[in-house]
Amino acid sequence: MKFSDQLEQRFSTMVTHYPTKRSVLVPMLLYIQDEVGALTDEAIHEVAQRTELSDLEVRNVISYYSMLRTRPVGKYNLQVCTNVSCLLRGADDIFEHCKKKLGIGNKESTPDGLFHLEEVECIGACSWAPALMMNYEFHENLTPTKIDELIDGLKKKEQQ
Amino acid sequence: MAYLVSHPDEVKVVSKRFGMGATNLDRYLELDGYKAVQKAISMGPDAIINEVKASNLRGRGGAGFPTGLKWSFVPKQSAKPKYVLCNGDESEPGTCKDRLIFEHDPHAVIEGVMIAALAVGAKSGYIYVRGEYRYLLEIMEKAVADAYARGFIGNNIFGSGIDLEIFTHSGAGAYEVGEESALMESLEGKRGIPRIRPPFPAVVGLWGGPTVINNAETLASVPHIILGGGEWFANLGTPRNGGTRLFCMSGELEKPGVYELPMGYNLKKMIYEVSGGMTKGRNLKGVVPGGSSVQILTPDEIDVAMDFDSMMKAGSMLGSGGVIVLDDQMCIVRFALRVAKFYQHESCGWCIPCREGTDWMKKTLTRFHAGGGAAKDIDNLKYLAENMLGRTFCPLGDAAAMPIISYIQKFRKEFEDHLDGKPCPYEKAAEPALV
Repeated sequence: MKFSDQLEQRFSTMVTHYPTKRSVLVPMLLYIQDEVGALTDEAIHEVAQRTELSDLEVRNVISYYSMLRTRPVGKYNLQVCTNVSCLLRGADDIFEHCKKKLGIGNKESTPDGLFHLEEVECIGACSWAPALMMNYEFHENLTPTKIDELIDGLKKKEQQ
Repeated sequence: MAYLVSHPDEVKVVSKRFGMGATNLDRYLELDGYKAVQKAISMGPDAIINEVKASNLRGRGGAGFPTGLKWSFVPKQSAKPKYVLCNGDESEPGTCKDRLIFEHDPHAVIEGVMIAALAVGAKSGYIYVRGEYRYLLEIMEKAVADAYARGFIGNNIFGSGIDLEIFTHSGAGAYEVGEESALMESLEGKRGIPRIRPPFPAVVGLWGGPTVINNAETLASVPHIILGGGEWFANLGTPRNGGTRLFCMSGELEKPGVYELPMGYNLKKMIYEVSGGMTKGRNLKGVVPGGSSVQILTPDEIDVAMDFDSMMKAGSMLGSGGVIVLDDQMCIVRFALRVAKFYQHESCGWCIPCREGTDWMKKTLTRFHAGGGAAKDIDNLKYLAENMLGRTFCPLGDAAAMPIISYIQKFRKEFEDHLDGKPCPYEKAAEPALV
């Protein structure tokens, strides 16, 4: 399995940073997921070969990290923090609003594959709560209006 | 992007360059950048460690271990390579300070890692950034590349004959990896399962070599100590608690935000003056002063100095600097349930008391808050939590147990008010199902 030139370049540089091959594993899996959409059987096998591990050892690592996944999710992954600092500022209402707006529940994707919704643990936006992450983008001091704007904006972008 | 706030009582040391464009290397150099590391080279390892010891700098990740002392544990001679590891896995609920450091002053972190490496004789440093902080990792990557391009890192740094490599490394979502031994496992490409200690990382750490692990804020403080002197830094704070701290104020406050205040600043003032007090129409119910892992304080317990020792005396901990302020619209049982759910989600399952304990706490609190509680549940919860304390490899078990015990001890009546199938009396409306 070949990855993009950029990712191949990253991999060949990163392996030189550590005394053991497997040390690249966690960041590499995340980068591959970003490119492929999920850690597929093929991707896992490829990483295992390159790091001289068994497929099972790679899967074992994947299952530990909450950001790593073996199945693809919607193109725009909305991860709403409901941990304590966000909870105190109405995160439950925010999460409910997202569910209604998208018509999906926790850990579900819209049928068109555009949006995925997930309740997550603290994302480090406590002083700007409530907050969510859309892919790697932080959205803070949320209100239902801001969420509508975000989601409608993304829908519009897709239609163009 | 994280927003900046300010208050006249702030003493800006670590946040000195925030909002000043210091991500740009030339700008950083104008703002005294890379002067500390050059001074450190001329000082030599022993003098660096003595200066940091004199500063009374203590670990900003939460444990508050004296940094200079930690560095002094690294053996001078070692057959295996030595390493410095910067912990930027910031995940403690209520904590969002390292984000600002990476965003506004990435070179200060690099300089801190360099000085730590000079102090202990390490040739490589790693900056571990939590996976969710991708935009910050990119800022750090660029800063490292810029520093390499100028020859500040690499071979023969500043003509000293010393070689020093620095690398960035991304996590992929795991609270437990913020614990130092789990962090090393993660960097080595494994599940973040904690290691048993001794041996401590200073002796046997990354790939078996002696390793210094410090929080990003700790390391970002170091260049200022080298330039300003240990005594100056120590005098900013209280005895044995040197310097300043980035306090992350969250909850229903008029002006939440991250403020840099001297160690020992009064907690009550932090809430009512610095953060502008409670949001209009809300009253204070309690304060969790150091991230979700620490014990709650009631409103009559907050007239206290925010340093490691004073907070310990007050029956809580300074922790990670995440000050979570609870208002009177929050039900303590509901809050406890959210805390328990977090630790249940993050427990790696390696140690049985933590794996089973967090799960039972979450199950019991879910039932209890929904009105299915029995009187004996309250003491059972406390008993369960008490039996987790000190029985796990890493402190996650303690971190889950300590707050729950404190909620029951200090707000028992709120638990009792949930008995007999009554709906939660502390919330405006029925809250949506949690799980």
